[in-house]
Amino acid sequence: MEMHVQDAIQWFQKTNEKIQQNKDYLTSLDQPIGDGDHGINMARGFQEVEKKLKGAEYTVVSDVLKDVAMTLMSKVGGASGPLFGTAFLKMSMATKGAATIDIATLAKGLEAATEGIKQRGKATEQEKTMIDVWSPVAYHVKEATSIQSEVLKEVAKQAMDNTKDMMATKGRGAYFKEKSIGHIDAGAASTYYIFEALAETLKN
Amino acid sequence: MSKVGIVLISHSAKVVEGIKEIIRQVVKDVPIETAGGTDENEIGTSMEKIQTAITNANQGVGTLVFYDIGSAKMNAEIAIEMAETDQVTLIEAPILEGAYVGAVEASMDKSLNEICAAVEKAF
Repeated sequence: MEMHVQDAIQWFQKTNEKIQQNKDYLTSLDQPIGDGDHGINMARGFQEVEKKLKGAEYTVVSDVLKDVAMTLMSKVGGASGPLFGTAFLKMSMATKGAATIDIATLAKGLEAATEGIKQRGKATEQEKTMIDVWSPVAYHVKEATSIQSEVLKEVAKQAMDNTKDMMATKGRGAYFKEKSIGHIDAGAASTYYIFEALAETLKN
Repeated sequence: MSKVGIVLISHSAKVVEGIKEIIRQVVKDVPIETAGGTDENEIGTSMEKIQTAITNANQGVGTLVFYDIGSAKMNAEIAIEMAETDQVTLIEAPILEGAYVGAVEASMDKSLNEICAAVEKAF
């Protein structure tokens, strides 16, 4: 696989599409164990990302990722802003200068993104957060010899579904302790849409 | 003489404006910059607003940054990392009471380290 500037832009257009379509669903996930603004915040952030990318010219993928990061940090509003922002900023730094991204570079980028989220959020796996999707996806890409769109999507979906039975110990859900069991984590769901969009982009 | 600046970050623009108003009653000559709410002034924080506030509050002798909850801290950390300077300090203290003590200390021409120590001692 090779990801060019145009693919990266398409990745975020598709992500925006999915976030907008599932805005109410994401908010509903955030209502029982959060403050009920996840869908609204993410929809606002990715809307701005699409606008930003449309109005700029890029020669390297890392610059696309950097603009995505900066926009999310300034426009999302909630804690997802700095977390997703950090993820894409670290990914940008790990892939800096490459005109196209191959599978090894993508793996490096996803690993850096996951580490970035862990560090920023002071969280790790199994705490019912977006890390529980980022981490398995990063691992999958690192181990894979080629990207199979359907497999990538399935790995991300399974990872998201797994957060349902976890008890939150980090993030807003942690205030609800045992009550957080039985709900998919909202940040994990948003992360799934990001990777579903990536899988669809790399399919073409 | 240049004074250490104060940055107030909150999820609400009203909160930081209110805190600034309280402090301004007693401290008139210390730079106080606010970063409240999102770019659309809804509830949340904006990294860009925080970056601007940090830059504007620094007269060359440093800035002390106070925050309220959740994303405020993470966005503040990113803004400080990006500023690439050791003149900006994020402090753990109640935003109103902490900033009040900090501003009073700053008005007495204390250094960034001295102010940090005073605020930390107070809470």
